[in-house]
Amino acid sequence: MSEATEDLVSAFEEKIAAEERIEPKDWMPEGYRKNLIRQMSQHAHSEVIGMQPEGNWLTRAPTLARKAVLMAKIQDEAGHGLYLYSATETLGITREELVEALHTGAAKYASIFNYPSLTWADIGAIGWLVDGAAIVNQISLQRTSYGPYARAMVRICKEESFHQRQGYQIMVSLARGSAEQKAMAQDALNRWWWPSLMMFGPHDGESAHSAQSMQWKIKRISNDEARQKFIDQTVPQAEIIGLEIPDPDLQWNPDKNGYDFGEIDWEEFAQVVSGNGPCNRQRLEQHQGAHDRGSWVREAAAAYAQRNSESSQVRKQP
Amino acid sequence: MSTLTKLYEVFVRGKRGLDHIHVGSLHAEDAEQALEYARETYIRRSEGASIWVVESRHIYASQESDVDSFYDPMDDKPYRHAANYTLPEGVENM
Repeated sequence: MSEATEDLVSAFEEKIAAEERIEPKDWMPEGYRKNLIRQMSQHAHSEVIGMQPEGNWLTRAPTLARKAVLMAKIQDEAGHGLYLYSATETLGITREELVEALHTGAAKYASIFNYPSLTWADIGAIGWLVDGAAIVNQISLQRTSYGPYARAMVRICKEESFHQRQGYQIMVSLARGSAEQKAMAQDALNRWWWPSLMMFGPHDGESAHSAQSMQWKIKRISNDEARQKFIDQTVPQAEIIGLEIPDPDLQWNPDKNGYDFGEIDWEEFAQVVSGNGPCNRQRLEQHQGAHDRGSWVREAAAAYAQRNSESSQVRKQP
Repeated sequence: MSTLTKLYEVFVRGKRGLDHIHVGSLHAEDAEQALEYARETYIRRSEGASIWVVESRHIYASQESDVDSFYDPMDDKPYRHAANYTLPEGVENM
């Protein structure tokens, strides 16, 4: 390492140590930049792919009010994707490259969105559990070391509370409804609970990028810490509405002031991450299809801009 | 030939981690000079960690009187706010 590079590295590390944010024009190690692009684009793709399981119920929402709520939530998710893609682009990568990486599979998105939304109760479970789990991570990411990412998180967190509450409210209504409705809520909880816990990723010791990301303060709390936090806040919410968490090993542990819980099926997690979940192919095909079907809009916009710039040049000629 | 210098808008980031905020405008020959003037004018007492200057003519602006629907807070859609959902007793934060 040259002396000049050493100076740059130590200036960067001093900023990280002093809890200062790194901004786009700052020098940063290539590994930091790559790690951020990986995490931020994965986050952006998750927001966008996450619209699919919810969109599945838009036309079948039980009332017009429920439909309006769901529509507003899905619209927020598209906005979150935009905030995150734009923040990622400050690292010197284009939107086209990011989308291409999603389509080739080089970039991932949250594995949870590869599960199907089978009943209306799933829309409740997604808001309550999936958004609830995302919030735990996103609150901590408001303090991430990269400025544009942290600022995007602040905006996103402002909107997430609505997302979780609308989902929980669906669960509350079903849980207090007929026996059949309550069973539907319980079934959704049974299917979404474990995938929600998997959202936090592998155990700290086995997470490929965790140690480096923690050191660079890209991540502010570890996978296991975040998972514990989510469980501790969610279990009482299930109890209050009379639903049962599908984990026989779940038990309050007064010594650690948190719940002990059963082991996650890591084989299932590995399968879903590597492309063999119930809906992986469908999710990507739908995204690719929408992207392809939208190409005429992009082409028309480019042609319109081209024509306008040509006609304004003509006007300027003496 | 006009001898008027160009008008620039100045945006300052108070410190790392914050958004740039518009603080005012100034005249300069080019962007480099605008930056120098901005530094002299707006952050003489460590008010900033970063400056953006943008030629004013490049700012394409809109305001509420232009298009009503752009700025409509849509108060008839209260369901987009968390406070619209009452939590059952015992659930404190969500």
